[in-house]
Amino acid sequence: MSDTRTLTEPKERGAASRWLKMLWVDKPAFCAALFLLIVVLCALFGPMLMGDMATRQNLRGRNAPPFDLAQGWAYVLGADALGRPLLARIAVAAQNTIMVAAGAVLGSAVIGCALGLVAGYSRKRAAQWIMRLGDVIMSFPSLLLAVIVLYMLEPSVANIVLVLAITRIPVYLRTTRAEVLEIRERMFVSAARVMGASDRRIVFRHILPVVLPTLVTIATLDFAFVMLAESSLSFLGIGIQAPEITWGLMVSQGRQYLTTAWWLSFWPGLAIILTTLSLNLLSNWLRIALDPAQRWRLEMGGRRNG
Amino acid sequence: MAKHLLEVRDLSVEFHTAAGTVQAVQNVSWHLDRGETLAILGESGSGKSVSASAVMNLIDMPPGRITNGQILLNGQDMLAMGAEQRRRINGAKIAMIFQDPLAHLNPVYSVGWQIAEMVTTHGGSRGRARARALELLRRVGIPEPEAAMFRYPHQFSGGQRQRLMIAMALACKPDILIADEPTTALDVTVQAQVLELLEELQAETGMGILIITHDLGVVAEIADRVVVMNGGRIVETGRAAEVYANPQNAYTRKLIDAAPGKGAMPEERDRSDQPLLRAEGLEKHYGAFHALKGVDLTIMPGETVAVVGESGSGKSTLARAILRLDDPDAGKVLYRGNDLMTMPPRELFGLRRDLQMVFQDPTQSLNPRMTVFQLISEAWVIHRDILPRARWKDRVAELLTKVGLRPEHAARYPHQFSGGQRQRIAIARALAMEPKLIVCDEAVSALDVSIQAQVIQLLDGLRREFGLSYLFIAHDLPVVRDFADRVVVMRQGRVVEEGPVRRIFESPRDPYTQALLAASLDPDPAVQAARRIAREALETIPA
Repeated sequence: MSDTRTLTEPKERGAASRWLKMLWVDKPAFCAALFLLIVVLCALFGPMLMGDMATRQNLRGRNAPPFDLAQGWAYVLGADALGRPLLARIAVAAQNTIMVAAGAVLGSAVIGCALGLVAGYSRKRAAQWIMRLGDVIMSFPSLLLAVIVLYMLEPSVANIVLVLAITRIPVYLRTTRAEVLEIRERMFVSAARVMGASDRRIVFRHILPVVLPTLVTIATLDFAFVMLAESSLSFLGIGIQAPEITWGLMVSQGRQYLTTAWWLSFWPGLAIILTTLSLNLLSNWLRIALDPAQRWRLEMGGRRNG
Repeated sequence: MAKHLLEVRDLSVEFHTAAGTVQAVQNVSWHLDRGETLAILGESGSGKSVSASAVMNLIDMPPGRITNGQILLNGQDMLAMGAEQRRRINGAKIAMIFQDPLAHLNPVYSVGWQIAEMVTTHGGSRGRARARALELLRRVGIPEPEAAMFRYPHQFSGGQRQRLMIAMALACKPDILIADEPTTALDVTVQAQVLELLEELQAETGMGILIITHDLGVVAEIADRVVVMNGGRIVETGRAAEVYANPQNAYTRKLIDAAPGKGAMPEERDRSDQPLLRAEGLEKHYGAFHALKGVDLTIMPGETVAVVGESGSGKSTLARAILRLDDPDAGKVLYRGNDLMTMPPRELFGLRRDLQMVFQDPTQSLNPRMTVFQLISEAWVIHRDILPRARWKDRVAELLTKVGLRPEHAARYPHQFSGGQRQRIAIARALAMEPKLIVCDEAVSALDVSIQAQVIQLLDGLRREFGLSYLFIAHDLPVVRDFADRVVVMRQGRVVEEGPVRRIFESPRDPYTQALLAASLDPDPAVQAARRIAREALETIPA
C-alpha cells in the first residue's frame, strides 16, 4: 500500500506532464497520437497550403504511379485520373473528411448519450417514447433516409453531417440506456441517493463517468463507419460534390481504375484505416488512463522506463 | 511413517503479479486421514484456499508456480503425475464443492444430466449414470428426485443448490471431499442442515473431508482437527476443541477473541421518551411477492435496534423503505413525529442529513472513480450549509482519523484499500452528514471476523461520542448480541418477535427465533456439541 502511494504522489509536476508521461509509456498509443496530430494539422492547414496543387490538372501525369519523384515530391504517392497529386489531395481531403466524421460522430454520440441517460434513468413514459424513436430510426434503412433527405435538401457538408448523425443515434442510445439501467442499481448510486444527491448530480457525477469509456470506444469504431457511409453517399452523387473531396470519395472515384492503378483507392483507404486504428489505440489508452483502478499500469511502466 | 490418505508436505506456491512476486503459501504441511474432517481456518488473503487448489490442480500456471513441496495421495506424489492422470483423480478420487453453487452449475443443462456427466466422464455407462444421479438426489434430500432430474439450477433454492453440488461431488464415490467455504452464502438454518448432511455422508462413506472456512463456528460444528493459517503460513494446528480451549499462537487467540457473541449484553434502556423513528404498518409488494406484511418498528434516540432475519425475510426492504430508497405501498414512517412518506421533497432533502446508511459491500457502495476526499466531501457539496469549503480538507482529515485511517489517505481511490478500510471510509462518509440515525445494512457481513469486531467497536464508540442511533440489519445473531439494545426478528415479511437483546437471547418465545438461535454456530466446540443436541430435540417436536 505504501508502494501505491508513492506512485500517485508526483502531482506537483503538473497534470499535463503526467498525462504525457502516461502516453509515452504506451508506445502504440503514442504513435497513434502523433499520427492523429498530423491528420488534424492537415485538416487545419491542408487546403490553405496545398489547395491549388490538389486541384491543378496535369494530363501528362494521368494515373502516375507512386514512388516516382520525376514529377516532384508531391507525386510520391502517384496521381489520380486527371493527374492531380494524391499526396496533396489526401492532405486537402482531410479537412472535409474529419469535419464530416467528427461532426457526425460527436453529434450522434452527444444526442444519443443524452437521450440514453434519460431513457435509462427515468421510469416515465418519455423513456418509452425515446426507445421507440430509436427503434424507428434503426428499422429505417439509413442509406434510404440519407438519399431522401439529401435529395430534398442541398447536399452540403452540414446536411451530410446531420443525416449521418441521425442514423447513428440508436447505437449510442441503446448502449447508454443498457449501461445506465445496470449502473443505477449499483450500491454507490443508492448511497448518493441516501445523501440526498439530486438526479442531475447522480447522472452526471456517478453514472456518466462509468458509461463514458464504453461510449468513447464505440465512437472511435463508428468513425470508420461514418467515413465509409459518407463515401457511399458521395458515390451516389448526393454526398460531397465534385470539386470538394473527401477520402471516401477518393476511394470510390478510384474504384474504376482498380485493376490498372491500384494506388488511386489504396492511399486514401490507408488514410481511413490508419485514422480509425489510431483513434482506437488512443481510446484504449484513454480508458486505462481514466480508470483509477487501472492507471497504475501506465504509471508503473513510466517509472520502469525511467 | 504411516501413510495418510492425503498429505501436503512443505508446499510453497508463489504468484507473479504486476506488483511483484507474491508468496501465497510457504512451507505448508497438513494431512488428512480416512473418515476425518480437517478444517483450514483463515481470513481472506491468508492462503487458506491455495493448498486445496494445488491438490485439485486448479492453480493457473503461470502466473502461479509451485516452488517447493509434495502432495501425496495414498503415498503417491501428485505433482509428479501427468495431466491426464491428474484429471482421472479429480472427481473420481478427490471431489470439490464451492462457495457459490450457482456459479459452478451450468445453467443450460438439467441437474440430472450434470450429475450423470460426472459418472460418464469417469467411464460409467449412461444408464448406470442416470441411476446413480437419481440415487444421489434422493440421498442429499432433494424433494421429488425423479422430477428434479429434469429441472435446471435456477429452479432450486440456495441450500438445495449446495446439496446438488454435494451430489455431483459424490457421484464417483470419492475418497476425499474438499469443501471451499461451502456454507458461507447460505442462511444459518440452511447452513446447519448442509453441515449435518456432510457429516452423515461422511459416516456412510468414510471419506475424508477437507473444509476451508473463515468461520470458527463451522470449525466447531464439523471439524476434528484444525489448521489455522495467517499470511500464507500455518500458525497453529491441532484438535479443534484443544485449539479453541488453549490457543498457543497469538493470532489464533486474536481470532478466537474476535468471534462475536461473547461480550456482556447491554441492559434494557428506558423507552418512555419520544421515539426518534417510528414505522407503522409498512407494506411492500414486488410483483406477486409480498416482501413486507405490515411491519412496525420503533427506534429511540441513542438506541441500537437490530433487525435479524434470513434471506427473503424483508429486512433489507424494510431499511430501504425507511430511507425511501424504495417507497412502500402502505404505512407510515414517522421521524420525530413527521411522516417521511407524505413529506414534500424539499423537507425530505433536509432530513436526508439525519438519516444515513452504511451498505453491506463497501466495494460497491463507494464510487470507484472518486478519491476518498471526493467521496467524503460529497456530503458537503450536496448539503452546502454543513461546512464552508475552506474547512473541508481539515474536516476530512479529522473524520479519517476518527474512523481509524490516516489523513493522507484522502488522495487515494477506494481500490487501494482493504475491505475493512473501505467500510471505514463508508462510515466516515456517513458521519460527514452529522446524522442522527445510521442504517447499517449487513454492514459487517462481508468482512473478516477480526475486522468485523473492529468495525463494530468503531460503531459502538461513535454511538457514545455522537449519541447516534443505529438500525442494524444482520442475518447473524451472534454479531448482534454484543452491540444491539433491542432485537427484531423477521421472517417472510413479518416481525415474529421483538424485545430487549437479553430477553431474546435468554428466553426466546417464538419457535422461529428458537430455531435461529439453535442453528447459529458458536465458536466453542463444547457449546456447539451441546447445541446440536438441543437442535435435535427441537426437530423431534413438530413446530
